[in-house]
Formats: sequence, C-alpha cells, structure tokens
Amino acid sequence: MNVPKPNWRALSLLAVLLPLLGAFLWLALTSGPLAPVLVTLVSVEERAIAPALFGVGTVEARYTYRIGPTIAGRVSQVAVQVGERVEAGQRLGEMDPVDLDERLAAQDAALRRAESGVVAARAQVRDAQARRDFASAQVKRYEQLLLARTASEDTAEAKRQEAQIAEAGVALGLANLESAEQDLGRVRAERAALVRQRDTLRLVAPADGLPLGGLVVSRDAEPGSTVVAGQSVVEVVDPASLWVDVRFDQLGAGALRAGLAAQIALRSQPLGALEGRVERVEPRADAITEELLAKVVFADLPDPLPRLGELAEVTVALAPRPAAPAVPNAALHRRADALGVWVLDDGEPSFVPLTIGARDLDGWVEIRSGLTPGATVIWHSQAPLSPGRRVKVVEQLPGVAP
Amino acid sequence: MISLAGRDILHGWGKFVFTGIGLGLLIGVTLSMAGIYRGMVDDAEVLLDNSGADLWAVQKDTLGPYAEPSNLADDLYRSLQTLPGVARAANVTYLTMQVRPLTDAASVGDAAARERRAMVVGVVPGGFGEPGQPESLVAGRHLTRGHYEAVADVSTGFRLGERLRIRRHAYRVVGLTRRTVSSGGDPMIFIPLKDAQDAQFLKDNDAIVAQRRRSAANPAFNRPGQPQVLDAVLAAQTQSNSVNAILVSLTPDADPDRVAADIRRWKHLSVYTRAEMNEILQAKLIATSARQIFMFLVILSVVSAAIVAFIIYTLTLGKIREIAVLKLIGTRNRTIAGMILQQAIGLGLIGFIVGKTVATLWAPVFPKYVLLLPGDAARGFLIVVIICVLASLVAIRAALRVDPAEAIGG
Repeated sequence: MNVPKPNWRALSLLAVLLPLLGAFLWLALTSGPLAPVLVTLVSVEERAIAPALFGVGTVEARYTYRIGPTIAGRVSQVAVQVGERVEAGQRLGEMDPVDLDERLAAQDAALRRAESGVVAARAQVRDAQARRDFASAQVKRYEQLLLARTASEDTAEAKRQEAQIAEAGVALGLANLESAEQDLGRVRAERAALVRQRDTLRLVAPADGLPLGGLVVSRDAEPGSTVVAGQSVVEVVDPASLWVDVRFDQLGAGALRAGLAAQIALRSQPLGALEGRVERVEPRADAITEELLAKVVFADLPDPLPRLGELAEVTVALAPRPAAPAVPNAALHRRADALGVWVLDDGEPSFVPLTIGARDLDGWVEIRSGLTPGATVIWHSQAPLSPGRRVKVVEQLPGVAP
Repeated sequence: MISLAGRDILHGWGKFVFTGIGLGLLIGVTLSMAGIYRGMVDDAEVLLDNSGADLWAVQKDTLGPYAEPSNLADDLYRSLQTLPGVARAANVTYLTMQVRPLTDAASVGDAAARERRAMVVGVVPGGFGEPGQPESLVAGRHLTRGHYEAVADVSTGFRLGERLRIRRHAYRVVGLTRRTVSSGGDPMIFIPLKDAQDAQFLKDNDAIVAQRRRSAANPAFNRPGQPQVLDAVLAAQTQSNSVNAILVSLTPDADPDRVAADIRRWKHLSVYTRAEMNEILQAKLIATSARQIFMFLVILSVVSAAIVAFIIYTLTLGKIREIAVLKLIGTRNRTIAGMILQQAIGLGLIGFIVGKTVATLWAPVFPKYVLLLPGDAARGFLIVVIICVLASLVAIRAALRVDPAEAIGG
C-alpha cells in the first residue's frame, strides 16, 4: 500500500473551506438564539441603607407684603425701586389725595372758627354774669330802699324782674358756650378723621416683622396710574423668611417629617448644595399631582439671596436603617406577580422571590427575606432571563462604555 | 471509487470556491433582507413586550398610544386600579423627539453629531416591574428620583453618568437598556413621568413668554381691577395633567377580554388587549413599510434563485467538452449526473455558509435591528438546495444530450 501523495490542491481547498465552516459554526453558537445571554453578577452586601427623598420646589418668601391703597385712587409717587432694601415703617410711596388737602384746609378754618365761637360764647357768659351780678345788687339795694320807703314797690319789682332776666341771660350764655365747645369737638374730630384718611394714602412698609428689613420685589404701578382698593403698588418680602416650597412624590414619602436635614441645590448652582431643614410638612397634600408639599428653610441664607421662584432640587435624608442585606435595584425583576432576583444555580438562572424593604436614591434595595449576605445574584443581563436559559458571566456587557 | 465531482472541483477549485463565495454574498443579502423584515416585526413585538402590560387603556375611540395620539387625565389610573382582575395600572407617556447630550459650548458640534432620534417614555419611577418600566438593564440602575434622571437604550450612544437635554431640563443617565425600541425602531429613553408630562406639553421659553404677552393683551383675561385673573389664567396655561395611555397588568387568573370589556363599559375608555395591540401595530402601523420590505424580499429571493440556477447551469455548460470526453470514454450517465448534482449542491452549501456568515457579521452594523431567525436560515438552506438540485437537473439534461463526438470535433 503506498502512502497517498499529499494532494496540494485538496489541502489548499480545505484550507479555505475549513476556516469558513469554523466561522459559520462559531457565529451560529455565539449569536442568535443558541448563544448564551451575557450577564454580570453582584453579591448581596450587608449595608446600611440611607433612604432619601428627592423633591423639586421653588424658592419663595414666607412673608410677602402687598402694599397698596385701601381705597381706589391714583398713584402720585412711588419712592422705591425693585431690589431696594427698605426698613420697617419706611415710606414707599403715596397716593394722590385729590381734594383731601383742601378739605383739610377747610377743616382748619372751621376749627379756628369753632375756637373763636367758644371764645365768643365765654365772653357772652361773662357779659351775662356781669349783668346778673349788677341786677342782683340792684335788687338788694332797692329792697333796702323799699324797706326805708324811699323807693316804690313798682321800681323794686322792676329790678327783681331785671335780675331774673339777667339770670336767664347767664343760663343762655352757658348753653351757648357748651354748644360752641361741642362744635369745636366735632370740628376737631372731623379734622382728625381727615388727617387719618390722608395718612392712609401714604404707602409704608410694615412697622414690624422685618428683622432684616424688607426687599422690594415688584413695583406694580407707576405714578399716575389708577389702582383699585387692595391692589398692590409695591410688593415687599421679608428676605429672612425665604424658604423652598418643595413637592415630593407621595410614593414612599411617608417618613417625611419636620426637622429632617435637607440638601438644597439651586438650579443656578446645580453643583453647590446648600444645607437646609424641613420646616414643616403641609397637612394638605396635592391630590391632583399626587405629591406631598413641604417647606424647607435654609440653614444659612446664601449671599446673594436665592431668587424668588428659582427652581431648587431638594434631597431629604431620612434616618438611616440598620445594616441589612441589599442588592442594586437593577437586579430586581417581577415575575408572575412576585418580586425577586435571578441567581445562578449550577450555571443556570433560577428565580428567587424576595420581600424588600427600604431603598435609597443610589439604587440599593434592602432585602427583608429571601437572600443572605454573600449570595451572588445576576445584576445586569443582555436580555430578559428565563429558567434554564444558557448564560455566560462577563465583567461588563458589550456596548457599555466604562 | 474516485469521486468525479471531487476531482473536478480540485481541478479548478479557485473558480469553484469564488463562485460559491459570490453566490454566498447574494444569499447573504437575501437573508439580511429577511432579517430586516423580521427585525421590523420584532421591533413592534418588543415594544409590547417591554411595556409589560396586559391591557392598554387609551383615549376613547383612538388607536393609541402607538398608532394614534391619545390623551387621558393622569388620575384616571386610580379608578382602573380598583377594578377586579387588575394587578397594577401605571400612567405612561410617549414622545418621539431628538435628544442630544448636554455639553459645554466647546463641543457643540460633537453634541449635534451625537444627536439621536429617540422615543422618550415617561414612567412612574420607583416601582420595580411596574408596567412601562424597562425590564432588564445592561448597566447602571433603575430610576429612583422623581425628576431629572434617565435610563437610555444602549443604541442611543449615551453613556452612564452623561447628561442629556430634553426640552429645557438636563437629565443624568443612570441606567442603560438594550432592545427597548419604538415600533419605528427608535431607541427609548425612560424619564420620570412628571418630567415627561412637562416635556410633552412644555413649550420653549420664547413661546411661553409670547403666550403670556398674548394672554395679557386679551381683555377677557386681563380685566381692569382684577389683576389676579391674569395670573390664574397664566398658571392654568402652563400645567399639564395628561398622559398618553394607562398600562394595565392583570392578576394571573384574570381574563383580559373580560377586564377590557369592564373598562370599556364603565370607564368609557378604549382598551386593547395584547393580541389587539399586536394587530394594530402589525396591520396598521408598520403594515405598509413591512409589506414594502416583504415585497422586496420576495423579488430578491426570486432573482437570487434565478441567478443561482443560471450560475450552476453555465458552470456545467462550461464543462460540456469534458463531459463529452467522459461520455466518449464510456462513463455512465449516472456518474456524470451525480458529478453535476454533487457539484451543484457543494456550491449551494458553500454559498449558504458564506451567506449566513456574512449576514450574521454585518447584521449588527445596520442602523435598525436585523433579526436572523434560525427558522429563516433553515428555510433558506432548503430553498438553496432545492434550487441547486433543480438547476442541476436542467444542466444534467443538457449534459446527457451532448454528443460524444463533440469531444473530438468542434
């Protein structure tokens, strides 16, 4: 038997065909439905979950003073500009008094007239008293003369009558005086009322409640424009009372309490977190948007002040929970109404139902029961898993840049 | 026994192999076209799979949310949740738009180059396995915050930790998914529902300012003496409480048709079961484009089959002189026929292997999903073999009719 000569043609043909066949088989096994699903693993860690709540809100002032007239009128002067700081009680502007000043002048004249009336009435009283004194002296004298029979009964009677008239004159004078005094009181009161009215036309900052002074945030009417009663001309806020009106999703926000520490990130400075504190959780939640409302105050007011209405992201740290087994939330799946994770059992995935507890914003979920620390679970997978599916464990899934 | 076919192939194997590779590329194109068609259908199915819903509740008398626009009030889901048979109900919004990474001014060109068309899906964050949530991630984590986080499909090209811009807000990519696409094949980006509602109805800042000015100029809104009316109107104009659909998942023992009938009757919404939704997507949404591709696939298959047949036929006719010599030296017809048949099938095999290999290799390069099904491959293989056999039969007939005299004549 002779050894067949190596057939170079056959060998070179095989050299072309075999790699082709190899590539075909390799591709058939590594892609398509026969290929294993690539997965990454993570081990269940014992860690203290620090749950936190994330909400979005706007910077607002707790105390806003809308300062405007109490009666309709025309603005005559606005003394402050937006952004100015004002002190408590400072005059901010004035309404046009229309005829108030003239009426005040008229009241002044009326007052002086009433005062003169009182003086005149007093003089009248004195005049009447003098007449009465003289008349009663005359009566006494004529009565003695009558006793001495040097005057007639008629004359004495006439003197008595004069005395009675003089007495009535005094009473009249006193009554006139009383009337004049009352008149003076009325005129005074009327003038005081006008002065008070005049004062309400002055627009002033609130007298108390502004520990750091006020900040003018808007100037809603310019001199010459007409405003109705209650409409604001100048709006002043208390800058010491700035807070963030935050909305938290109701989902999982049950532990939100007043007094919790909060981090406030203003939209204008997204990287600089400010310290804050939950001042209060509103007793009324928003039923439409399904959010809880809370007010978060700044620990220290930043300088410059955050702008009113600026968007702020607020993260409230809830009380950390004791260390417990935890997995990343990407490992959790729902399968036939049960929540659980996939574990590698003899190289094949199998589903382990769990009960879960708290979760934090970094994606860690506390496991109440179902797994112990140190167990390995499937973290990320290239495709949805099913029991018995071929899987291959890799460090990182393809297509995911580090 | 000496294999005549093998001998002949070895004699001119270069020609044989390269013809096979040429055929293979043609078969590869045909298989890819089948893959494109399958991928299109699969995109629609995967959209339904990923939504994790058993029922879709949408605006009455619409085919929403994928095939037609649909708008619902966002508190309606509560009334669905209480229905018997309903396990979970979740709001969802869909909005297809251009998304680009958020960058500094220096790399604006780069950001524009990486801009992707994506379907922005608004989901309720925090619930695991809730309808609408991406089922499995390839990196990162699910949404945990109620605002400004995103989970993006890998094919968008966004990376973990990157920030992207949707309307006026910046979102941080915290997780990546794979094969989460819209029925049109656009990758999905999941963002929290509240942000998505804003993004869907929020106008740009210029439009808002212009709208404010318009409202202020309208005496009906800006009444003298009642300045608060304008504020109220402006506030009402910038709010949105709409969602596109409510995804409902049922308890294991519930009958989808029955629950759907309940919702239709008592909640006055249109409801679609999984089968109906599949029908809407397949028969209405992607029907024409899928049929277009399918038509092209049919033509391509016919043309490929014809070309394969011609090649085998001409390959045989090219050897007509050698066959005449074989006949002259008294080779049996069976042997000649076998040779031609074996060569044809060999050519078909090489072609199929090359075709399947190149189709698998270039499938991931396609911008849209190409799904190469093993069933399609098996069918393709069968068709290739049958065409080879048929073509070789014609060639055999020609070969057997050749006059041995031609070997010496001519």
